[in-house]
Amino acid sequence: MIRRILPHPVLSLLIVLVWMALVNRFAWGSLVFAAILALVIPWLTAPYWPGSPRVRGPLRIAAYLALVLWDIVRANIEVARIVLFTPNGDLRPAWIAVPLDLTSPEGITALAATITLTPGTVTADVSQNGNALLVHCLHAPDPDAVAADIKSRYESRLLRIFS
Amino acid sequence: MTTLVQLLVAAMLVIGGGFALVGAWALVRLPDAMTRLHGPTKAATLGVGAVLIASMLYFWGVRGVPSWHELLITLFLFVTAPVTGFFLAKANMHLSWTASEIPPPPGNGNDWATFGDEPGPGAGPLPARKPGGHGRP
Repeated sequence: MIRRILPHPVLSLLIVLVWMALVNRFAWGSLVFAAILALVIPWLTAPYWPGSPRVRGPLRIAAYLALVLWDIVRANIEVARIVLFTPNGDLRPAWIAVPLDLTSPEGITALAATITLTPGTVTADVSQNGNALLVHCLHAPDPDAVAADIKSRYESRLLRIFS
Repeated sequence: MTTLVQLLVAAMLVIGGGFALVGAWALVRLPDAMTRLHGPTKAATLGVGAVLIASMLYFWGVRGVPSWHELLITLFLFVTAPVTGFFLAKANMHLSWTASEIPPPPGNGNDWATFGDEPGPGAGPLPARKPGGHGRP
């Protein structure tokens, strides 16, 4: 029953939050309009979402976001040091193939976005059958260590969220 | 109290500006297009992030009105920045790299999507997902 009215409850909640943040101050009229949007938009876009991705553990997601934010700050300082002080001759850019254990498309997208947002690494491509990501590193003297780090630090956590 | 907040706002603005400057300098000095791609990702994360924190602090601490637009900017940036990075990397792979210069993905006859013409072995059509189902089987 609730599935028929709200095919994507999380999307509906997100729409309400985004709309209220856009309005930037609380008003009951805005909340009513946000509720209407939260009902209509998921209903109109339902054909593009054949099934909802199953995401587990709001606490795990919050912990993952905190970890990523912390890593972005750390990696920014690291990359700033490389840009300012490492001469081009000592720079070791590398392509890395990261094999994936994740199978859910949403999970792979989240991992690719995380890798790109963390300075020093950029996701460039996915393999034809989706079993690996191609990552470019700004400075990686030891490419295998970077791949292992991505798998243990991000992918293992995403595996538990997108199960 | 207000002076303290103003100091914090100023500090965050300087930090954000500094990281944006380093990102721009990275565009100038790094050797090729792929490494230059790493510059803007810095400016887009910590540079913009610090300026947004400064803006939130200012509206909260100095003006006394909470402001939520900064959180939205963060959200939209985090959703869109990887897509542009992905497009730039893909265009660059087409223009100046060949498949032999890049380590192949695991699996026989498997290639990166940029270089291959068809879905790889074992890919098949995407399975129809049941409502509430997930991912590939």
